[in-house]
This record gives sequence, C-alpha cells and structure tokens, in this order.
Amino acid sequence: MNVPTLKELKEKGLEPEILFWVGCAGSFDDRAKKITKSFVRLLNKANISYGVLGVEESCTGDPAKRAGNEFLFQMQAVSNIEVLSSYNIKKIVTTCPHCFNTIKNEYPSLGGTYEVLHHTQLLDQLIKDGKIKIEEKLYKGKKITFHDPCYLGRANNEYSAPRSLIDSVKADLKEMKSCKDKALCCGAGGAQMFKESEKGNQEINIKRTKQAVKTNAKIIAAACPFCNTMLSDGIKATHDNSDIKVLDVAEIIDASVSKEL
Amino acid sequence: MSFLPSILFGFLLFLAIALFVFNCRKIYRNINLGKNIDRSDNKKVRLLKMFRLAFGQSKMLDKPVVGLLHLIVYVAFILINVELIEIIIDGLFGTHRFLAPYLGGFYDFLIGFFEILAFLVVISVLIFWIRRNILNIRRFISNDLKGWPKTDANYILYIELVLMFLFLNMNATDFYLQSSSFSEYYKSYGYFPISQYLVPIYSNFSDISVMYVERTSWWLHIIGILFFLNYLYYSKHLHILLAFPNTYFSNLDKIGKFDNLSSVFNEVKAMLDPSHDPFSTNNNQTEIEKFGASDVFDLNWFQLLNAYTCTECGRCSSECPANETGKLLSPRKIMMKTRDRLEEVGKNIDKNGKFIDDNKSLLNDYISKEELWACTTCNACVDSCPIGIDPLSIILDMRRYLVMEQSAAPSELNNMMNNLENNGAPWPFNQLDRLNWKN
Repeated sequence: MNVPTLKELKEKGLEPEILFWVGCAGSFDDRAKKITKSFVRLLNKANISYGVLGVEESCTGDPAKRAGNEFLFQMQAVSNIEVLSSYNIKKIVTTCPHCFNTIKNEYPSLGGTYEVLHHTQLLDQLIKDGKIKIEEKLYKGKKITFHDPCYLGRANNEYSAPRSLIDSVKADLKEMKSCKDKALCCGAGGAQMFKESEKGNQEINIKRTKQAVKTNAKIIAAACPFCNTMLSDGIKATHDNSDIKVLDVAEIIDASVSKEL
Repeated sequence: MSFLPSILFGFLLFLAIALFVFNCRKIYRNINLGKNIDRSDNKKVRLLKMFRLAFGQSKMLDKPVVGLLHLIVYVAFILINVELIEIIIDGLFGTHRFLAPYLGGFYDFLIGFFEILAFLVVISVLIFWIRRNILNIRRFISNDLKGWPKTDANYILYIELVLMFLFLNMNATDFYLQSSSFSEYYKSYGYFPISQYLVPIYSNFSDISVMYVERTSWWLHIIGILFFLNYLYYSKHLHILLAFPNTYFSNLDKIGKFDNLSSVFNEVKAMLDPSHDPFSTNNNQTEIEKFGASDVFDLNWFQLLNAYTCTECGRCSSECPANETGKLLSPRKIMMKTRDRLEEVGKNIDKNGKFIDDNKSLLNDYISKEELWACTTCNACVDSCPIGIDPLSIILDMRRYLVMEQSAAPSELNNMMNNLENNGAPWPFNQLDRLNWKN
C-alpha cells in the first residue's frame, strides 16, 4: 500500500497539505488497522496531499491524561509537538476521536496549534466537493445505526459529519434511543479500555450493544477504533453467529466508492 | 401598644437576615478554601450563559414536563416575592396592603395573578411529591438520596405547600373581612380568583375569629419565608441562589478539553530542556505543588461552588454509564460528598479558628478509589447538568493525586502507562513497527 511518510516527503523537498495521524489503535490493533487502510484508500482515491509520521508517531497521551498521569501526558505531548513542528504541520486528520480531541483541544496550550479534523469531517468534505464519488448500491435502503463516540460528539459537538456520510450511501439511518449528546459511552474511554471494569451488574459495552441491536439495524456504524472494539466484543457476547456487523464509517464509504474516477 | 407588632416584625426580619448573612459568609469563606482559577474572562459570554441557563432554565426544558413544572415554581417564586415588598412595608409600619391605593386596578391584577401562580405551584409541588415518593423514578429512589437528602427534598416541598396555603388563606380571610364589621381596616382591594373558594370554610366563624385567622396566616406566612431563607444553607435548595454564580463562572471551553496542569508543565519543560538550570533562583521561589486533589483544599473554588450549588437532581447519575451499569460511581454523590467534606472542614474552622488536621480527607473517607476508577470520562454527567456543574473535573483531579502522588493506579493501568512510556503506545508493541500496517 502506498503511504508516504513525512520523512520521505521531506527528503524530496515536499510538504504535504495534511498529516494523517494514525494513532496507536490504527497502527497496532488488527481490527483498527483495517479502518486505517480503508481511510488511506480513500485519501489516495481523492488524490489528497498527505503523509503519515510512521515510526516518528507516538501516543498523544490521552489514556495517560485521563488515567490521571498528567506528567506522562505532557511528556508525550511536548515531544509530539516537537516532531510536528519539525515538519511544519498545519493540518491534521485522524481516525481516532481521542487523538482528535487531545491534539485539537489540549495541545494548543502546550505549544501546538493545528487545524484538526476527524476523518468523518474530512470525508464529508471530500464527498461534498466531489472528490470522492459514491456508488449508492451497496448500502442503499439498508438499516444502519450510528454510535456517537463521546470525544467526537459530546466533547466536540460533531454529530452531523458521520450522519451525513451515512446519508451519502443512501442507507436508512436508525437512531438509538440515546444518541447524539445523550449517547451512552461504549465503556472504553478514560483509560477503561486498558483495565477490567469495576464491579457492577452489567458491562457498559453490553448495554450499549443491546441499544444498538434494538434498532434492528444489521450494521452498527462506529467512528472510533475503541468504540469499534467494545461494540464488536458486545456483539460477540450477545449475538454471536448473527449477521450484525460493526463497521467504521470510513469502511462504509470505502466499500461504496465508485471504481472509476 | 400598636407599635408592638412593628417592633416584633422588625426584630424578626433583622434576626433572619443577620443569620442568613452569617451563613452566607461561611459559604463564601469555605468556597475560598479552594485553589484559585481564573474565570474573569469573557464577561459577556458568561452573562449570556447565566441568562440562558439560570434565568432561562434552557437545559431544564430538556425534560419538557418536569421542566415546565419547575419553571412554574421558579417563576412563581420570583414573582410572588414581589408581594414580599408590600408585606415588609406593612410589617414595619403597621399598614395593611400599603401598595393597593397607589397601584389601583393593577394591584387587583397582581394579586389575582399571584393567586393563580400560587395555585399552579400547589399543583406542581404535588406532582413533584408524587414523582419523588410514589412513582419509582430511578434517580429519586437511588441510594444516593438515603437519609437526609430525601427528607430535605420532601421538606422543601412541604414548606412550599404550607407557604402557598398560608398565602391563599391570608387572602381568603382578607376577602371575607372586606365585607364584615372590620371592613374599615380591610378595604376592598385585590382580586381573588383562587382564594375566594376558600371563603366558605369560614361561613360559621365570627368576624373576630376570621380576623385572628387572617393575622395568624399573615404572620406565619412571613415567618415561613424567613425560615425558608435560612433553611437554604442546610439544604440542596441553595441552588435557587447559587445557580446564578455557578452558571456565570462555569467552563466555557469544549467539554472534551481537560486542563493541562501548569505545575506539571514546569517540570516537563525542565526535564526536556538541556539548558535548564535546576539551581537557578526562580525555581526555588515556591515549594513543590501537590499534584491533583486528595481533599477539598486541593480543588479549585469553582469546584467547591459546584458542590454547594448541586441540587441533587441526579440527571448526571442517570446518564452516567458506570452508574447505569450498577457501578459504585455516581457523579451526584461525588458532588454531595464534596459538599459534606467541605462543611466538615468549615465546622472544624468554626471551632478552632483555623483548620486543625482531623486525619480525614475527601479521598478514602468520602470518595473511594473504586468510584474514581469507574469513570469513563465520557462527559455525560457534565453535559446533563442544567446548571453547569462539572463532577468529572473532581474525579480527574483525584485520579491525578492517586497516580502522581501515590502511584496508586490499578496495576493494569500501570502496565498501560509503562508501555506508553517505553514504546509510545498503550500496548507492548515496538514503536519501530508502527508503520507495519501498510504491508
């Protein structure tokens, strides 16, 4: 797969318009890697001038900060900002709402100010600009429900871009009872992804999965690699062997782009 | 002898206001035990937010039915208190319905309007009582409210009912007396669309006993109001005042943005800067700041104001994913415990002149680690609060203390942080493999 790194580009004297911040999940998690690839295919298709940091990328520090380790977070942030500055980065897109929120909102006061986009925002723009053309057959009329990631929705008020993408493939968007600013968390945020949950009567991802299944949609659309894992696990635990799939919005678009351009 | 009631009234009024001011100063002092945080910016935006949320109750209307009922009680509370001006004048100067001759027909309209409001309040309060005590609404039957909080909530409803009854009864008897042998004192003022239906109760009473009932109602009504004023300090009902400063000073940033501790930033800069001189003078000027919060002193004043402002409505906890799945964490409880601890510290200061260590702290004695570690930082609690309270910031500050001062994170999180520190990712993968996905 052709993915330019900033280092290679710099050696050629090139500066891309936009940095694709892949994130740890997008780089290492097997499920999330597929989302990364879908998104890269779309970037290539739309002929966007972009690059990735590759081995120079490091965690934004979000899970450390939310676990209370402000020290580790700031160490990560400051060294990331240094790398970003060395490549003169102005604009960043990422498939992870946690990276999105952290870089957009928490890096500026540490010295790193960028225009930061979530991949659903960029894809929405590319479709509106006609740079990505949708073939509507695959998902037309299919029921899709969308799970709002906390750090995209509540935290940053972005509810429309992912929904507009689902509309663009002419799918039948079925909202869950609690959606948008009232959406229930998948259970992964605040570093919960990396630990067992506290004692309770249910796992959060199971509760959210049940809400999603209740819409009768066969596709649960997510826009965050961690939500994707939590909901996929939820489906495995409650509806194993069912034909319900958890897909990132980028994968839905990737499967719907016209082959010609 | 006619000036005796005036003196008694003046004395009661003074006593009530003095006690209220005394307690307000305590609240102010306690809130100022918190650390400083600058909320003096964007005055216009803040004012607008206050008007929208506190005056306009815009977020209360997210739940339309209870929102409307709450709006009725709130509007009635503000408007009926206009009548208080007259009651105070009458009380101090021994007049009766002092404003009536000046306002003429408008006075009749006002009294009629107040009566309708009072009637709507009675209906609303009855519905509130049924919701709280009979319908099994999760946020009201929750363990959070066991004991005093539930009693407090009901007391507020009872007090409101009694005050409205006294107000209407005072008018009913007044109306009766306007066409009695006391009509010389009870002139024909006011319009009584609601209380006229109470008049038949007194059909077998003598004029003089109705007058006693009228006077008693009048006195009990004002004493009730003065009592209620002083009850606020001991109650969640304090929100009727503090909702205003709380919304004004609330966070204007995106709620996903958590503050970057400046004390940490100084250390990080020092660590990364090779030219940094650890012995230079400006590093020694202050002692090393404690990271995060283990007690109310470590929180900022806005967080402490939040604690006094919380109305214990439970909208936060009913949206909290941890709470909804049976975990111990309840954002409402975080606010209630912070207030309890702050009150305890305040009493300690009252008693000793200054705070004497009581070997207790907000962490462990009030809020457990189990609660703190259950939070997903999803911000649902923050988003759902109608008056801009931020329980998440307290949870985060206490996590910071646990991790940075006590190294007391759950072991799985320590693993995650070790990975992050060594490999730049929360999992044990090599940073050099970061681009392997493209193969």
